[in-house]
Amino acid sequence: MRRKDVSYAKYGYIFTFPFLLAFLIFSLYPILYTAVIGFTDMKGLIPKPIHILDNPFQNFKDLLFDNPSFRKSLFNTGLLWLTNFVPQMLLALLLTAWFTNRRLNIKGQGLFKVLLYMPNIITASTIAVLFSTLFAYPMGPVNSLFQMLGWTDGPIFFLQDKTTARGIVSFIQFWMWYGNTMIVLIAGVMGINPALFESAAIDGANGFQTFFRITLPSLRTILLFTLITSMVGGLTMFDIPQLFLAGGPDDSTLTTSMFIYGQAFKGSYMYNRAAAASMIMFLISGILSCLLFYVMRDRDASRLKKIQKQKYRTAAKSAAREV
Amino acid sequence: MEKIQESGKVSRSISKTVIYVVCILLAVLSILPFWIMFVNATRSTPEIQSGLSLLPSSHMMSNLQVLRDKSFDALQGFKNSFIISSAATLCTVYFSSLAAYGLVTYSWKLRGPFFTFIMCVMMIPSQASAIGFYQFMYKLHWTNNFLPLILPAIAAPAVVFFMRQYLLATLSIEIVEAARVDGSGEFRTFNRIILPLMMPAVATQAIFAFVANWNNLFMPLILLTQKEKYTMPIMVSLLRGDIYKMEFGSIYMGLSLTALPLFVVYFLLSRYIIAGVALGGVKE
Repeated sequence: MRRKDVSYAKYGYIFTFPFLLAFLIFSLYPILYTAVIGFTDMKGLIPKPIHILDNPFQNFKDLLFDNPSFRKSLFNTGLLWLTNFVPQMLLALLLTAWFTNRRLNIKGQGLFKVLLYMPNIITASTIAVLFSTLFAYPMGPVNSLFQMLGWTDGPIFFLQDKTTARGIVSFIQFWMWYGNTMIVLIAGVMGINPALFESAAIDGANGFQTFFRITLPSLRTILLFTLITSMVGGLTMFDIPQLFLAGGPDDSTLTTSMFIYGQAFKGSYMYNRAAAASMIMFLISGILSCLLFYVMRDRDASRLKKIQKQKYRTAAKSAAREV
Repeated sequence: MEKIQESGKVSRSISKTVIYVVCILLAVLSILPFWIMFVNATRSTPEIQSGLSLLPSSHMMSNLQVLRDKSFDALQGFKNSFIISSAATLCTVYFSSLAAYGLVTYSWKLRGPFFTFIMCVMMIPSQASAIGFYQFMYKLHWTNNFLPLILPAIAAPAVVFFMRQYLLATLSIEIVEAARVDGSGEFRTFNRIILPLMMPAVATQAIFAFVANWNNLFMPLILLTQKEKYTMPIMVSLLRGDIYKMEFGSIYMGLSLTALPLFVVYFLLSRYIIAGVALGGVKE
C-alpha cells in the first residue's frame, strides 16, 4: 500500500527541463540580448563593450521617423501578406466547399490534394530562384508562353515594374500556401458533426446556405488559427522576396526580415538598428497575436473545443485514407 | 458552388464540369513550373532562350558539367543539409515527446503555467531574436558550426503541443502504472513503452521538422560563412549570383538537384504528409 504514496511529480519537472533549458539558452537569452542591443550603439564587425545610448530610444526613433526604407519594409510586409492571404483563404474555402460536399462527390480528390499541396513542400529558396528565372527578360518561359498564347506583342519586363514584382511575390506565396490552408480546412469540416448537415438537408438548405450558415461558423476556430500562423509567417517573410528580387525594384518587395538581415549581415553591421527593428517586429507580432487571441476567446467555442478536437483527429485519419 | 435541389440534376452536372475544370487548371498550375524546371535542366541556354518547350532535350550532362566547373557542390550541400536536418529532427521529436509526456502523465504544480508558457512561445517569430542569437554564437565561436542550427530544435513548442494532444487522446495511465509495478523506472518506461506507442505522431512530426529544417534559409545564411558548410538553400541562393548570369540551363539544373530529393520523398510519403497537415493544423 505504501507504494501508492510515492510522488512522481518531480518527473514532470525533469521531463520538461530540456525544453525549458533549450528555450532559455537559445530563445529567451537571445531575445533579451537583442532588446539590449536595440538600446546601444553596437556597430561594426569587431565586438566592443556594450554601451547604452544617452537617449536609449534613439534607434527606435530613427527607424520609425527617419528611415523611409524601414517604413517601406513594414508597409510592404503588410501589403504582401494581405494580397496573398485574402485570395489564398478565398480559394481554399471554395475548394473546401467543393471537396466536402457529399452530393457533388468530386472524384480524384486524393490526387488533387496531393498535387495542390505539392508547392508547399519544395524549398522556398528553390521556388524563388525558379520564378525569377521563369520571368526572365527578354526571353523567359513566361514571356514565351504569353507570346505563344498571343497575350502580348513584345516581351514584358516583369521584374522591373513595382506592381508586377509585388504581384508575383504575392502570387508565389499564395501558390505555395493555398493547398496547405485547404487541407487544414477540409480536416476541420470533416470534424463537424454530420447531424448538423443532415438536419440542414432535411430543412431544405441549398449548398450556399449550408456552407454559410453551418460550415463557416463551425470553422471559426480553425480560421483564426490559420490567421495567426499565417500572420506570424507573413511578418517573417524572408526567403521568397530575398531570393526573388533581393527587395527590388526600388525596395518595392523589401520586407522587415530582409531589412533586418540587410542592416546586420550584408556588410553594414548595423547591429543596433537591426536589433531595434527586430524588437518592433516582435512587438507588432505580439500585439496582433493578442488581438487575435482575444477575438478567439470571445465566443463560446472553448466548451466545444474539446469535443471537436477529438473529431478532427478521426477526420484527419479518414482524410488520409482517401488520398 | 451550386444550388442543390432535387430537380437540379442538369445544373449539378454543369457545375461539376466547372469544378473539374478549375481543379485540373490548379493542378496544372502546381505542376507546370516544376515541369519547366526539370525540362529546362536538360536544355542548353540557347534552346531555353529560343522558346518554351515541354519536352526534354539532351544537354543534361553539359549543364551538370557547368555547375561542377563553378564549384556548385550539390553533394556537399546535400550532406550538410542532411546532417543538420536529421539531427535537429531527432532532437525535436525526442525532447518534445518527453516534455509532452511529462505534461500529461505527472501532476506537478507548474503544469498549467508551463502549458500556457508553451502556447506563448509558439507565437514568437524566430527572426526577432536573430541579432542577439548571432552575437551570442559569435562569442562562443560557434559560427560555422552546425550545433547552433541543431540544439535550438530541442525547444519546439508547436511539436510539444501536438504531442500533448496526441497523448491525451491515446495514453491510458494504467500502462504506466503496470510498468511501475513491474519495476520499470520512469525514463525506461518512456523510452521502451511510451515512445513506441507515440510512433504515429512522432513520424508525422518528424516529417515536418525535417522539411522545415531542410528549408531553413535565414539562420544558416547568418551563421555559416564557409563554403564547405553551406546547406542546400544557401547553395540555391548562390544560383542567383552573377557567375550564372547567362547559364540558364545550369541554373535550372542546380534547382532541379535541390528539389529532386524532396519530390521523391513527397510522392513516397504524400499520404502521411497530408494527414499530418490535417492533424497538425488543428492546434487550437
